Amino acid sequence: MSLSESVREGSRIALSRVLSQVENSTPAGKQVLDELFPYTGKAHKIGITGPPGSGKSTLVNALARQLRTLENQPRVAIIAVDPTSPFSGGAILGDRVRMLDLQGDPGIFIRSMASRGALGGLATQTEALSQVFDAAGYDFILIETVGAGQSEVDIVNLAHTTIVVDVPGLGDDIQSIKAGILEIADILVVNKADRPGADQSLRYLKSMIEMGYRPLASSAGKHRLAEAMPNLNMPELDEQLSLWIPPVLKTIARDSEGIESLVGEVLKHQKFLKETGRWQLKEAWTLREIVRKRIEGSLVLDFFQQLPVALLDKTMDDVINRKVSPASAVEILLTYNRNRNQTHYSE
Amino acid sequence: MTEKQIRVLIAKPGLDGHDRGAKVIARALRDDGMEVIYTGLRQTPEMISEAALQEDVDVIGLSILSGAHNALIPQIMQKLKENGQENVLVFLGGIIPEDDIQGMLDAGIYKVYGPGTDTRQVSRDIREAVSLKQAE
Repeated sequence: MSLSESVREGSRIALSRVLSQVENSTPAGKQVLDELFPYTGKAHKIGITGPPGSGKSTLVNALARQLRTLENQPRVAIIAVDPTSPFSGGAILGDRVRMLDLQGDPGIFIRSMASRGALGGLATQTEALSQVFDAAGYDFILIETVGAGQSEVDIVNLAHTTIVVDVPGLGDDIQSIKAGILEIADILVVNKADRPGADQSLRYLKSMIEMGYRPLASSAGKHRLAEAMPNLNMPELDEQLSLWIPPVLKTIARDSEGIESLVGEVLKHQKFLKETGRWQLKEAWTLREIVRKRIEGSLVLDFFQQLPVALLDKTMDDVINRKVSPASAVEILLTYNRNRNQTHYSE
Repeated sequence: MTEKQIRVLIAKPGLDGHDRGAKVIARALRDDGMEVIYTGLRQTPEMISEAALQEDVDVIGLSILSGAHNALIPQIMQKLKENGQENVLVFLGGIIPEDDIQGMLDAGIYKVYGPGTDTRQVSRDIREAVSLKQAE
């Protein structure tokens, strides 16, 4: 049996090895992923993001446990991303510490991932790992980002549903109307709601939502996702139906309080995405982003492989000695490679 | 990034609650460029082998201070064997009496460390053991 078949048959050890191959971008990993890709596109990917210490891991723990109690007992995969040290390249992946309740449940698979230098809150290969879980038949994939500040918003390009976790006391109403992490939420959660200030945080977030969505609801009624993808064929959307107003919930993840409502909202959002055609739109968007990112990665790699080291060194010397600006240096190097390619192809 | 990242699971089996040593080692390995999955206190043999399986680690580092190593280690090694994880290298640290060390090695532990060990030594041993394993 091939590795990809073993993964689809439910072998956990094969799954785990494939995840490593894919994470390390090995040739074997690429081949398995090629074989698995036709079987992807079924799982509901849920992103969980928020500042460090807001309780994301504990919330994932409670959420996964609650999802497992649903009627069809869905299988749940968890990808937990923690930051890589910019100095040593090492990482401490500590999210499992909060997920001990999930141990021993064969319907759950937790995989920790180091961000390995990526800056958007995920690792470069997080999306690829989610494809493996998808093909392995996991119904829900919970993706926990690194502790996010304001602009770690990559998760929105990957998840069908993005849950943003906030905690009481992090800021006033100005924080809540800034661009960035709060506006990517499909569901907003005020966790640790037994702490003082929870109701105030709830009010700030609710008023932010009302400010942002009232004009949208009354005028165009177009969802921001549609606006972000002008080139895609949009299905005709019923304006009333097509508007999702992010709910704001209070939870105490440690005690599983508010988690039932959270799962209720997740399922409501899933239904909304499917009924309005947004599920397919998001899939299309995600895949487009993946291809774009891979092109970027490959081009950069190719670029440096083609460039003579001596030329790079000499140009960098000029930059360091303030003779050539960084922008001009880029032009010099790009032009060199372009000319080289042209002569190469004309030969 | 050309060299494969070494992944290490650090776990504390058994009931003692002193995880300072485990954390010091986790931090030292992180600083040496490894990816360390920290699972915390009071782990059963089942939990340890399951976490190691899901995380596909190269190495498991166990910390035991309670004196229960003679009971716990054989169980953990047995679990790993049952799950087809014989390729994982297991290191042990903590309070292990001199007389028990050979027994631990016989049970399949790669190396045993006592108090006062230089963390750089642990790190070097892990790198060496992993590259030997990969060369096999």
